[in-house]
Amino acid sequence: METRALPTLQEISGPTPGQRLRRRIFGHRALIIGAVVLGLIILTAVLASWIAPHDPYEQNLTARLLPPVWHTEGTWTHPLGTDRLGRDYLSRLMYGARVSLLIGFSVALLSGLIGTAMGVTAGYFGGWADMIITFFITVRLSMPVVLVALAVVAMFGGSLSVIIVVLGFMLWNRYAVVARTTTMQIRSLDFVDSAKTLGCSVPHIVLSEIMPNIFSNLVVVATLEMANAILLEAALSFLGLGVQPPLPSWGLMISEGKEYLLFDPWLITIPGVCLLLLVLAINMVGDGIRDVTVPESMA
Amino acid sequence: MLIYTLKRILLALLVAILVSAIGFGFLFLSGDPAVTIAGESASSEDIKYIREFYGFDRPIVVQYASWLGKAVQGDFGKSYYFKLPVSQILGDRLPVTLTLGACSLAFALLLSIPLGMLAAIRPNSWIDRIALMLSVMGQAMPTFWFGLMLVVLLSVWFPLLPASGTESWKNFVMPTIVLGYFAMPALMRLTRAGMIEVLSSDYIRTARAKGLLANSVFFKHALRNALMPVVSIAAVQFGFMLSGSVIVETVFAINGMGYLAWESITRSDFPTVQAIILIFSLIYLVLTLLADLLNAWLDPRIRVA
Repeated sequence: METRALPTLQEISGPTPGQRLRRRIFGHRALIIGAVVLGLIILTAVLASWIAPHDPYEQNLTARLLPPVWHTEGTWTHPLGTDRLGRDYLSRLMYGARVSLLIGFSVALLSGLIGTAMGVTAGYFGGWADMIITFFITVRLSMPVVLVALAVVAMFGGSLSVIIVVLGFMLWNRYAVVARTTTMQIRSLDFVDSAKTLGCSVPHIVLSEIMPNIFSNLVVVATLEMANAILLEAALSFLGLGVQPPLPSWGLMISEGKEYLLFDPWLITIPGVCLLLLVLAINMVGDGIRDVTVPESMA
Repeated sequence: MLIYTLKRILLALLVAILVSAIGFGFLFLSGDPAVTIAGESASSEDIKYIREFYGFDRPIVVQYASWLGKAVQGDFGKSYYFKLPVSQILGDRLPVTLTLGACSLAFALLLSIPLGMLAAIRPNSWIDRIALMLSVMGQAMPTFWFGLMLVVLLSVWFPLLPASGTESWKNFVMPTIVLGYFAMPALMRLTRAGMIEVLSSDYIRTARAKGLLANSVFFKHALRNALMPVVSIAAVQFGFMLSGSVIVETVFAINGMGYLAWESITRSDFPTVQAIILIFSLIYLVLTLLADLLNAWLDPRIRVA
């Protein structure tokens, strides 16, 4: 006599939602590549003070404009060469990653808070609140971002906090638009109605019924705005109205290398490639998150 | 349609007033303009005289109202730096930026519409992949860096084009490529998505079932409908390009509004900065207004809602 094992719950219902999500994540090649590159850049930024070969501010006027190691005159003492003041380029790049990431994360967070609050308010209450907030979104969209940011930095000085605040107050519009439309779709669903019938307060409904359902959409917007903020900071610093020297910012490094474009183009190529890689990685992660969080039925 | 048009125009006007007020308020916060004009070594009497001459001693609301009243008539005051009417300087610079913007938009559309169409006909083919690659790179590349790379390639290694200036059409080639490439990804993705949606719709199937020629179905039935949203996004992109022109014109030293804006900001030339902010947002508002009206005219469902 043989006893047949009863099928486990697993076999009846198939993989759990968590397992399916994990499978989708690890099956998404672009997401994994993007996440690995982004992870490496974050790690470099965090560990910069330990792994950087030199002090990024230390000048050495006898070793100015040394070429990178793949050049015939390059040496391993300065793997990516030195800048016009003889500062080690690799070390400056590593510390520069800190500036970009700090700006990216802080701006995405600040503008996310502003935009989500406005969007959810407009979407949940509708009517007058919606009209006023939609009006503000239109106002914001018609303001030229680069110009306003430049003017504000010129007035208050190019410190990191000024740049974060001004970009945070300029880049909230996409969050607001996404939060507004998704909240509108969700507020009329049955589970929100049930919560209302049970007598839940508005903050409770927003935080525990609406937010969890719009969160993944907002994370996708966050990656977009993070990339946007990093590119804008680089542009502002390039124009001389962003991060101020001697702080290493990739945009500022490109600006400083601009004069040597003729004979030492690597001075602008290297930081530019770093910016490109970082933004590319963030965009890949964002697209990946969007792909893996679409509703189960559509996957 | 008339009521819809009036409503949209009123909204655009309100936005313009608020934007100009914000711009005015910002620059007012920036400190005493009289000190800026007088310079470091000015005596307190000089500063007082300048303050009264320019009317900086009046309340901000009064100053704003008088500025707006004149701005409506095209008088933006005098530039602190050039000592000339701002409107006269802008008259010289605006055509340059509009030319650059128009060329860039044309370049972006010429690149994105055919690519988007081809990608939509054969999703996941090699052409779709190339189109995707181009748009992903366009989104991630810093515009100013792309500009410098083009200079290295086309002015230094292969000296074909001038690196800076506004003298001839050759000066506009690289800026057009940079600014147009910046606007390309959004337009291409929209064309592709619109085309894929339209090609799978019922009326296209009907047209095909009727035995119409493939070309006729494609260009007459599908393309027209797929391009409708592209038109309105193109208007929005033109607005974004004006903002981007600040960066691109500075890289290539093109004597347009964007370069002027950057120079004026670094020189604390407030009347000029205020005027440029207002004009950029007005151009954006007019373009989006026209796009909305065009869409409402084409699609009655919009104007009823």
